[in-house]
Amino acid sequence: MRRLATDTLVISERNLGRLRTAPDLLIAFTVQPVMFVLLFAYVFGGAIQTPGYNYIDFLIPGIIVQNIAFGGFVTALGLNEDVSKGLIDRFRTLPMARAAVLAGRTLADVVTNLLSLLILLATALIIGFSFDAGIGEIVAGIGLMVLFGYAFSWVFALLGLMVSSPESANSLGFLAVFPLTFISSAFVPVESMPGALQWFAEINPFTIVVDAMRALWLDAPAGDAIWGAVVWSLVIMAIFAPLAVRRYRHAAAR
Amino acid sequence: MTTTLTRSDPQEAALRETTDAPTDEPAIRVRGLVKSFGEVRALDGVDLEVPRGAVLALLGPNGAGKTTAVRVLTTLLEPDAGTVRVAGLDVVGDARALRERIGLAGQYAAIDENLTGLDNLIMVGRLYGMRRAAARERGLELLADFELTDAAKRPAKTYSGGMRRRLDLAAALVAKPPLLFLDEPTTGLDPRSRLALWETIESLAAQGTTVLLTTQYLDEADRLADQIAVIDRGAVIARGTSDELKDRLGGERLEVRLADTTAAPTAERALAPMSDEPPTAHDGTVSLTVRGRDGTIVEAVRRLDEAGVGVLDLGLRRPTLDDVFLSLTGHVAEAADDEETTA
Repeated sequence: MRRLATDTLVISERNLGRLRTAPDLLIAFTVQPVMFVLLFAYVFGGAIQTPGYNYIDFLIPGIIVQNIAFGGFVTALGLNEDVSKGLIDRFRTLPMARAAVLAGRTLADVVTNLLSLLILLATALIIGFSFDAGIGEIVAGIGLMVLFGYAFSWVFALLGLMVSSPESANSLGFLAVFPLTFISSAFVPVESMPGALQWFAEINPFTIVVDAMRALWLDAPAGDAIWGAVVWSLVIMAIFAPLAVRRYRHAAAR
Repeated sequence: MTTTLTRSDPQEAALRETTDAPTDEPAIRVRGLVKSFGEVRALDGVDLEVPRGAVLALLGPNGAGKTTAVRVLTTLLEPDAGTVRVAGLDVVGDARALRERIGLAGQYAAIDENLTGLDNLIMVGRLYGMRRAAARERGLELLADFELTDAAKRPAKTYSGGMRRRLDLAAALVAKPPLLFLDEPTTGLDPRSRLALWETIESLAAQGTTVLLTTQYLDEADRLADQIAVIDRGAVIARGTSDELKDRLGGERLEVRLADTTAAPTAERALAPMSDEPPTAHDGTVSLTVRGRDGTIVEAVRRLDEAGVGVLDLGLRRPTLDDVFLSLTGHVAEAADDEETTA
């Protein structure tokens, strides 16, 4: 067990160390979300009606959720590369804990997710976002984002192990996550969508997670959203983590 | 390349004594190893034995099963049947303990291109359970041994092909394993890097490391290996020292380079009575195994002259491993072009 912990940390550190030598990745974590915030706030902001909130307050929880969902991308790209370049073979001939490769990857995502979350929050506060929440709720919101991001890392881990190249991981990931985040309450009120989309948006886990964030940070009516968001995160993890582990064993044993 | 891959530390030597194979078993013992991928039998009953401290070359064309064999021996693949013991340990039952004692350097340099050379070695060291400081010290030592000190702080993606291979081999040596597996260590390297790597492997072997290397290059097996196992289509078809294998062909080889390539069939017919086996023709050169040495050249010249075949060059030589390979498998080693079936 101690071996698993140290090996996981070594792998995490390795994945984070990559940020130092690959500045393009660091840009993906920092500049890109800031760009999204600014584009949405100032390009669409004036045109979107969000009753009860100004658009920046409405937007920030949504864009943070979207950003966190994409945070696991590095895991998809990194795992894909590790398999194709034979690094997984090296790991598997070392007397290390087997689970550490995936655990270390996803743990590194937690760190990068936190980093981009903080950058996003700073940007949000600069352009006029204001919390309607106590410190406990703010921290609970960050906690929820870490949990949700961690769950999505496993989705991306599976994706990275299934596709043949980093490029296809990229395009498939966008294809899956983009519509899911857009057909939700993340950027516009669900009521403004046509009927069929509205139906989908209401059952979309992204809507539930975004609503939970608005409840925590903007004091919006919560309903079951907060518990729903936690349950969804756990369900996603319960489904995708075992699938990714199985796929990892398979991918490695060729 | 320097030859200071020392393991002189007495404490460590004592430790190695106790953690090495628990019995007097050979370093590698394989019996009846079978491994299939779907319908394809990649390994079809392989037997191998490598004494401790020896260098064994697994020689064969692409797709012969060399890589699959190495993957089974290094715990990356589980065998379907047979017993496979490495360092006295079972590759399935004792995989974890076995991994403490082996190093693998593959066909593709398995290094993290985004990390520096030093960070790569530190990572591997720590995954062997070393403390950071110890892993760092060992990493620096290896970088010096492999003439990578100047590149220690550069990301590995800036390394040349030869440097990557050296770093990969260094990574395999971090824990000073008594057993080293090298899967086509010099494939794709330029001649200078190749020679340097050969010298490194020789120096490791001289220090007592058991080495199993796969290669499709006969000169590589000839130079490095104490023992050669020729593998083709998933089975070992011959084994022995380089000399033993050459002796199996018996006799000397007569080689005739023709002035006119199209005259090969005529030349083969003219020379056939001189050998017990039919002559072979390849790229305008006809070769055959001859029985005696005396008068051979005179006889060959007379026969070719009578048949009206023009000759550029003609000579006798000892058989090379190429000849061995050709006569064992019926095809030329380097000409095999089918891809290694798996990984």
